Amino acid sequence: MSTFEALTGDNAVAMAMRQINPDVVAAYPITPQTETVEFFAEYVADGLVDTEFVCVESEHSAMSACVGAASAGARVMTATAANGLALMWEIVYIAASNRCPIVMCLVNRALSAPINIHCDHSDVMGMRDAGWIILFSESGQEAYDNMIQAVRIAEHPDVLLPVAVCQDGFITSHGMERVEVFEDADVKAFVGEYKPQWPLLDIENPKTFGPLDFYDYYYEHKRQQVLAMENATRVILDVAAEFNKQFNRSYGLFEAYKLDDAEAAVVVANSTAGTAKVVVDQLRGEGLKVGLLKPRVFRPFPAREMAEALSGVKAVAVMDRSISFGAMDNAGPLYLEIVAALTRHGVQVPVSDYVFGLGGRDIVPREIEGVYRDALKAAETGQVENVVTYLSVRE
Amino acid sequence: MEPKGWKEIPIAGMILEAGNSVEYRTGSWRAFRPVRGEAECIHCFQCWLFCPDSSILVDAENEKMTGFDLEHCKGCGICAAICPVNEKVIKAAGEDLARDDPRLCIRIVEEGKVEE
Repeated sequence: MSTFEALTGDNAVAMAMRQINPDVVAAYPITPQTETVEFFAEYVADGLVDTEFVCVESEHSAMSACVGAASAGARVMTATAANGLALMWEIVYIAASNRCPIVMCLVNRALSAPINIHCDHSDVMGMRDAGWIILFSESGQEAYDNMIQAVRIAEHPDVLLPVAVCQDGFITSHGMERVEVFEDADVKAFVGEYKPQWPLLDIENPKTFGPLDFYDYYYEHKRQQVLAMENATRVILDVAAEFNKQFNRSYGLFEAYKLDDAEAAVVVANSTAGTAKVVVDQLRGEGLKVGLLKPRVFRPFPAREMAEALSGVKAVAVMDRSISFGAMDNAGPLYLEIVAALTRHGVQVPVSDYVFGLGGRDIVPREIEGVYRDALKAAETGQVENVVTYLSVRE
Repeated sequence: MEPKGWKEIPIAGMILEAGNSVEYRTGSWRAFRPVRGEAECIHCFQCWLFCPDSSILVDAENEKMTGFDLEHCKGCGICAAICPVNEKVIKAAGEDLARDDPRLCIRIVEEGKVEE
């Protein structure tokens, strides 16, 4: 029997970590992820987990310790945010390239400067080419569920890639909500025992990790990472199906909310998708045909599936919580991916971008309603008035 | 050896067999090579101790230094620098000797200028 508890997103993730009981956790506290590490340190101190908890002196060391432990053959987790992730940078790539199935709780926060501790997606968007699987979570519940699934995805022999599980800083990480917590035994059974294929600690069969790899083989190893990403889509869906069977909650590559007959669709990730659903319901009440596409899997990017889901709409508005400075139209990364996906798969509809919520700037239903009304107008005229709108920035 | 394709090799550059660096013929990198005067050598094994590439060949049973493994020696010259006979010769000469001076026990000679 599962229980329902009032938990913050940080606490929900720490709860999942306790139930997963990883061999090693190496993490450094950074707002707004700090609580996750604090709660987990408490579980360690109280003897509720068998985890070797490594208190490191920086995030660069945290990720380095994770790579070492994963290479040794351990089940490894960490947690970070924004500048902490930035300090991990070198090792973030190495974790993926060395095929270490590390699971990271990433509480999305704005990158400096100016220094800011609140939510946006500039941190995770920077790691989109690093070779990690990236999952978004609308709520603490989804973050909890994603952490449990992430272990299985990362460790699958056809994948062996690290997974970042994102949630919005403060909005989700510090917002208390009703979270269904599964029985410890059920989570334990679901994640199963990790059987590493090539553990360094198998001293009967000595091996080398991370050797020098020049122009003769480096490229081949990158090609292998592409295959792992290709396989990940299938594995993510398989794990989601098994999760649904066991815990009765359905996950896919994304969530399509009232999209079937929609004329205007908004694409937005993480907590704002929850607010957008309220707006969809409200506008549906007025008889307007609107829907929502909420990305869950950002890497590997499900371009074909998303294009298919959006193939019936007449206009798309993407909402980006970060800017890809200097990219096409100075738009956000999600917009760029969606435009590419729709073009690539022959869905020709007007697509606009709304950058919002940078540095934790609040986003309210009225603003999202405005985005929908713009999109409905674009659906009618077939034209986008503004390609990129910097929503609620003061002129 | 034909280089292998991406489906044929271990992931992430892992090397799953131990001790296979011997298959990597690093001797081909060499620009200089060590040459030993057999008569001068006192078989002290200092070069064997210090060689970073395990390229000093020895006859362990008879406790003799027998030569260099030129398939792996990169020609760094540490053997000549550490050689106590060389040190004595240099001291006796009272001057800086060229690295390929024939009076030395272990000389470092430019590849291509070696009398085989």
